[in-house]
Amino acid sequence: MPVSLKNSQVVYEALKKCGIGLVSALPETWLVHLIRMAEDDPKMILVRLAKEEEGVGISAGAHFAGVKSAMLMQNHGFLASINGIVSFAQLYRIPLLKLISYRGTFGERDPWQTQGGGVTEPLLRALRIPYEFLDDPAQVEKRIADAQTLAYSSLHPTALLLTRELMWEEAQP
Amino acid sequence: MMQRIDCLRSIRNRLDDCLVVTIMGAVAAEMQSLGHRQNFFYLQHAMGLASSTGLGLALCLPEQKVVVIDGDGSVLMNLGGFTTLARYRPKNLVHVVFDNESLLSVGGFPTATSTGSNLEEIARGAGVGWTRTVRSLEDFTRAFDEASAAGQLSCLVAKVEAAGPKAYVTDLSLLENRFEFRRCVERSSQHSALSSQPVKNK
Repeated sequence: MPVSLKNSQVVYEALKKCGIGLVSALPETWLVHLIRMAEDDPKMILVRLAKEEEGVGISAGAHFAGVKSAMLMQNHGFLASINGIVSFAQLYRIPLLKLISYRGTFGERDPWQTQGGGVTEPLLRALRIPYEFLDDPAQVEKRIADAQTLAYSSLHPTALLLTRELMWEEAQP
Repeated sequence: MMQRIDCLRSIRNRLDDCLVVTIMGAVAAEMQSLGHRQNFFYLQHAMGLASSTGLGLALCLPEQKVVVIDGDGSVLMNLGGFTTLARYRPKNLVHVVFDNESLLSVGGFPTATSTGSNLEEIARGAGVGWTRTVRSLEDFTRAFDEASAAGQLSCLVAKVEAAGPKAYVTDLSLLENRFEFRRCVERSSQHSALSSQPVKNK
């Protein structure tokens, strides 16, 4: 599978350095290695969801319990969790660190992914969720740490968009 | 028919050492009318996520008892949440669902439980180990105690009348409740000297 194992490892290690103790996730192709790493880590609580919006409640519960969490989802999962973000995380000032795989952009071959790509950033802006891209492995650790710092200082969601450049390694022809 | 506020009154003194997460509307208003406590968090929106919040608390604080007080309208908005709860089946979580077969606070429109959907059977089908449906106050109180002592994830469905308080807005601000609750969790988890090593589940 051409999902980058190496860069998934870089992302996972950055989450660990930030003290993340709980990860909620709904599987999607780009996230498979990250979810497997969380599963294999005895110190990580992995919560596999039925729908991404549940992750908002679970992260809020973790926050109340003093545990730092991250949410792994596809951008379509972000779309599916918007009411929870607005009427829980934003209403109650809950910090959320969201890692969103940015499907449906240039290079996307799956027709079913193509609509979500165009609305992801406009929606993040409409929701006033600060976001950055994870596209360069050398920048991953700092960007994740910075996103977490802002989430906790502002008590608000922040997001990182996992890009094709980082997550996908095209097979050599 | 059984009144929700009587049920809440009957278990109120059993909630002192629990973290309690409730839904909005009548449940939150009635809980507060009986007297707010710092270990109660009222999720005044985001219907369906009270049980997810309870799950997050229960997984992160496995030594701490967690009670979620839910309703049919909210549960129906997150039926998948039952499957997530059942997947991790925290032993320290009691899920109470007041089923008045109605979206009471928005005008009493009937929910699908009024036409035969059975939340206990849905919970059991999702894999929740201990389930019960009760219709009298005596049965409710007894079942709550059994659920608390069951040593496994439990779901108690209480069929109650579609009646509630006159007003739903209370004088407890949402953020005051949220910050106070977090401090309360912090204190209680320090007290119980948690060696909160999470249990791995698939």
